[in-house]
Amino acid sequence: MFQETENTMSTPSSDVTANDVTDVLFRKFPNAIQPDEREGYSGIIVSPDHLVEVAQSIRDDLRHDLLTSLSYVDYIDEGYFEVVYHAYDTRKGGPAFNFKARVPRDEAVLPSLTGVWLSANLQEREAWDLMGIRFTGHPNLKRLLTWEGFEGHPLRKDWREPFYEEEKKPFKSRWPEGHAERAENRLPYGMNVQYPPEFTPDGWVPEGDAAIYEALGAPTTDSGISLHHIKTDQLIVNMGPQHPSTHGVFRMAVTLDGETITRLEPVVGYLHRNHEKIGERNTYLGNMPFTDRLDYICSMSNNLAYALTVEKMIGQEVPERAELLRILVLELTRIINHFWLIGFLLNDLGAFFTPALYMIMERELILDLFEALSGSRMMCNYMRFGGVAYDLPSYVGGPAVKPGDKARYLDTMQFIKDLVYDRLPKATDQIDTFLTQNEVLVSRCKGVGILPTDLAIACGMTGPVLRASGVAYDIRRSDPYSIYNELDFDVAVRYNGDTYDRYLIRLDEIRQSLRILEQIIPRLEATEGQEYWAGKRGHTIRVPKGEHYGHADNPKGELGFYIVSDGTANPYRYHIRAPSLINITALEAMCQGLKVADSVVILGSLDIVLGELDR
Amino acid sequence: MYGLGILKGLGVTIKHFAATYIEDFKQGMKHYTDEERFAIRQGVEARGLFTVQYPEEKLAVPERFRYMPFLVVNDADHPDAPGQPWCTSCGICSKVCPPQCIWIVRCTDPETGRPKPEPREFYIDIDICMNCGFCAEFCPFDAIKMDHDYEISSYDRSSAHIYDLEKLSKPLSYWQTIAPTRAEEERLAREAKEAAKAGKVQG
Amino acid sequence: MSARRLTANTMSHEVVSLNNPDYPVPEELRHNVAITTLDRIYNWSRSRSVWPMLFGLACCAIEMIAMAASRYDPARFGMEVMRPSPRQADLMIVAGTVTKKMVPQIVRLYNQMSEPRYVIAMGACASGGGPFKEGYTVVDGIDKFIPVDVYIPGCPPTPQALLQGFITLHEKIEGQSITTVPWYRKGESEPIPVPVLGPDLIDVRQTALIRDMASQVSDAPEAVID
Repeated sequence: MFQETENTMSTPSSDVTANDVTDVLFRKFPNAIQPDEREGYSGIIVSPDHLVEVAQSIRDDLRHDLLTSLSYVDYIDEGYFEVVYHAYDTRKGGPAFNFKARVPRDEAVLPSLTGVWLSANLQEREAWDLMGIRFTGHPNLKRLLTWEGFEGHPLRKDWREPFYEEEKKPFKSRWPEGHAERAENRLPYGMNVQYPPEFTPDGWVPEGDAAIYEALGAPTTDSGISLHHIKTDQLIVNMGPQHPSTHGVFRMAVTLDGETITRLEPVVGYLHRNHEKIGERNTYLGNMPFTDRLDYICSMSNNLAYALTVEKMIGQEVPERAELLRILVLELTRIINHFWLIGFLLNDLGAFFTPALYMIMERELILDLFEALSGSRMMCNYMRFGGVAYDLPSYVGGPAVKPGDKARYLDTMQFIKDLVYDRLPKATDQIDTFLTQNEVLVSRCKGVGILPTDLAIACGMTGPVLRASGVAYDIRRSDPYSIYNELDFDVAVRYNGDTYDRYLIRLDEIRQSLRILEQIIPRLEATEGQEYWAGKRGHTIRVPKGEHYGHADNPKGELGFYIVSDGTANPYRYHIRAPSLINITALEAMCQGLKVADSVVILGSLDIVLGELDR
Repeated sequence: MYGLGILKGLGVTIKHFAATYIEDFKQGMKHYTDEERFAIRQGVEARGLFTVQYPEEKLAVPERFRYMPFLVVNDADHPDAPGQPWCTSCGICSKVCPPQCIWIVRCTDPETGRPKPEPREFYIDIDICMNCGFCAEFCPFDAIKMDHDYEISSYDRSSAHIYDLEKLSKPLSYWQTIAPTRAEEERLAREAKEAAKAGKVQG
Repeated sequence: MSARRLTANTMSHEVVSLNNPDYPVPEELRHNVAITTLDRIYNWSRSRSVWPMLFGLACCAIEMIAMAASRYDPARFGMEVMRPSPRQADLMIVAGTVTKKMVPQIVRLYNQMSEPRYVIAMGACASGGGPFKEGYTVVDGIDKFIPVDVYIPGCPPTPQALLQGFITLHEKIEGQSITTVPWYRKGESEPIPVPVLGPDLIDVRQTALIRDMASQVSDAPEAVID
C-alpha cells in the first residue's frame, strides 16, 4: 500500500542524494559514483564501467525497481553525451532516483542496461538512433524512429535538418522584413531532403526490412507447440503500418507458426514528427501546443505534464481555481481516453463500431465543453505556466453566424453537473451492462495476454496497464502533483494482468475519475471569479539553469518531460518520456504462443497512440 | 446462464435504437425543426438520434473557437479610416508563433524613414499554422483574432494557401458577430485603458 | 418518422438538382421525373457513393473517426463504408502528418487504388507539412508525391470542416465529364514511382537532380550535412 508522501510536488529531487538510502551506494561503490554538483542538477554520476552494477544495486538495494525514463543530452561544448536515468520505487512511491553516465562524443559507447531493466530496450535504441550512443550488450541495437541507412543522428546539436533556418526561435526573417517564403523553395530539391556529399542515388540499395526480419530470427520449428508431425513453414507476416486494427501507423512484424505467434517485433517511427528537435528550437511556451499533438486524444493531460515541469523549474505557484480547472479537464480527459479505448478495443474484438459509436457520442459531449472552454476540440492548448488560459465560459455552444448554424446556449456549470452527476455515470454503467458480462468479450479477453507483475515492472509499464498487473502505482498518489493529495480517490488495481483486467481497470478508473470530479464541482462553484492564471503572463519566459524531470499520470501511463535549461528562453534539451512507447516493450512477451487475432486485442488493451509513441 | 451477457448487451442496443423513436413520438416534428430542441438534442440530455445534418444544420462554434487567424480592420463605415488594420506591426504575433508561420513587413514612413505602426505586408502560411491561438492571445492591440470560418477547403494550395494582408483582413463588425461576448469584454478593457491613460495625462 | 422526413427533404432537393434545367419538367412530376444528361447522372451517382479508405496517420485521423461516428454521420453522403483495402476504396483521406518513413507506403496504397480515385489532404500537415514541417522526417505536403484533389486547412480540421471538404470534392466530381475523364482513355496509367529510403528520402523521379546537386557540393551549401 502507499505511504502518503507528505512532501508533495515541492520536494526537490536533489534531496535524494542526501538521503540515507543513497549512502548505501556511496559505500558500495566509492570510486564509481559521485554526486552531480552542477547548479540546478541533482542525482549521481556513475562511471560507465560500473554502470550495470550500480544500476543493479539501485534496483535491488534501493528498491527503485521501475526505470521509467532514459534521456540523453548532448553537451557539445563540454564534449560529452550524458545519459540520464530516472528510477522510481513502485512500493513506496516518492520522487525519482536520478543517475547519469557520461561518454565522450567521439566514442559514445555505454554498457546496456537491458539486463537490469527491460524498459531500457526501446529507449536505448532510441538513444542510438537519435543521438548515436552505442550500447554494448543490447540485444537488438537498431534504429528505432528513423530507418536503417538514415544519415546522421538528428538530436546531436551539430546535426541540422534540411529546412534548418536558425538555431532558435523566433526566427529573424519573420519580422520586421518578413517576406513569406515556403521553405521548400530554398532547397535545391524542392523537398524536405538533403544528401551527403558525393551521394549517388543510382547505386543505392535500400536497406529495406532485412534488419527487421533478421531480428525476428530464422524461423525455428521449436515453438513448443505440437504439430502432430505435420510440417509447416514458419512465415513472417507484417501487420501495418496501414492496418485498421493497429490504431495508427504502427507495424508489427510477426513470425507465425500456423496461426500462432512465435516472435513479434514492433516497428515504429512511421509518425516520427521530431517533437524533440523542434522542441529544442521552440520557446518554452511555444512547446505547449506541440504537446497537444503528442497523445492527441488526451491533449489536456499532456499540457499539464509539461506545465508542471516548467512551473517546477521556474518556481511558479498555481492558484487554486486553476488547479481545480486543471483537475476538471484532466479527469474528463481520462474519461474520454478510457471511453475511446473501450470502444476501439471492442472494434478489435470484432464488435465493429457499435460500442465505439456509443463511446464517441459521450466523448463528443465532453469535447463540446473543451471546445467552449479552450477553443479547440482536440488541440486544447489550455494550460499556461502558472494556471490555465481561460476561465470557464458562461455557456457551452456558440452563436449562429453562418447560414445553417444552430446556436446553443447551455449554461456551463449546469452542463458540467449534468455530465458528471448524471450522463457519464449512466454511460459507464451502460458500458458495464453492455459489455462486461458479454460472453464473447469474456472468452476473448480472460486469460489472454497475461502480463505478470514482475515483468510489468521490469518493462517499465506504467498507468492502467501496470495497475492491471497488480501494482498500485499511480503518480497521483506516489508523487502527488496539482491538488491530488487533497482529493479522495482510490488507486484502481486489478491482479490478473490479462486483457480482461486491463478492460475492467479502465471502468474502475472512469468511476474514480467521476468521484474526483464530484469533489471538484462544489469547489469550482465556490471559487468562481477567482484568479486562474498567476504570475507574469508573458510569452517569453526564462528558465534558470538546470535540469528537471516532471511527470504526470496520464490516462495511458506516465508522461514525463526531461528538460535541461541553459538559462535562455529555449530549452537546451527537451526529452519526452512517452508511455505508449515504453508500454509496447512487453508486447512480444504478451503475444507469444497466442493467435494473430489475440495480438490485435492485446495491442488494443495496451492503449497506444502513435503521436506519442513515435513523437 | 450462457448467453445472458449477450442478451443484456442487446438490450442496450435496442434501447439506443428505440430512443430515437420515443423522442420522435414525444416531441413530434419540432424535435428537428425547433432551435431550442436542437440545443437539447445536442446537449447532455441527448437521446436517440444524435446526428447534426450538416450542411443543412451546423453546430455553431463557440466564441473561443480557433481556426486560422485574421486581422481586425476598421468597419467600412468608420468615420476616419475605414478599412484601416488595427495591427501596428509590433511583431509579437510572429515572435510568439510556435511554428513560425507569420511574416510581417513593417511599414516605414517614406519621408522620415522611421517605422510606421502599420503593416505593409502580412502573411500567414495556413499550411503551417497550428491554430494554437497564441497570436491572438498575446496581441496587445486586439488586432489579430482567431477566425471561426472552417469551411475553407480548396482545390489548390500553391497560391491560395499563403494568406496576405487583403485576405486576412476582416472588419471589426465580423468579430463582433462571431464572438459577441468577447468583443464586448475587449471593448470595455480598451476603454478602461484609454480612460486610465487620459486620467494619467490630466493628473 | 420526422427524422426520415428530413432526410427525404434533402434527398428530394438532390433529385431536383439532378434535373437538367434546359428541359422543363412540370411541377407535379418533379419528384418523379428528371430529364438529365448522362454526365450528370453518372457524376451524381458517383459522388454519392465515394468510399473512403480506412487509413489514418495522425491527429487528423481522430477527427476523421469522429466524423465517421454518429454525430456527423457520413452515411448521409453515402460515405460511411470505410474500406481498409485500397482496392475497394475511391477516396484516400490523407489524415495527418506524412513522414518520410510512411510516404513509400502511401504512394504504394495510392497506386493500388483503382480509378477513379480521389485524394483529400486533410489538415495542415498533409497539405503542406504543417507545424512539423521544419522537422527532419516530415514530408512538406503529400502533393509532392501524389495528386491531391481537395485541401482542407486546419490543425486539425473539425469534423464539419471535413464534411465541407467532402462537399467540395463532390462539386469537383460533378464537374467532370464522362468524355474527358482519364480512366476511360486508352492506354494504361503510369503508377507513381515509390520513393526509396536512403540517407534521406529519395524521390525516384529526382535521381538526376540529386546526382547533380550532390556532386557539386560547394555550390549547394544547404545540401550538406554538417
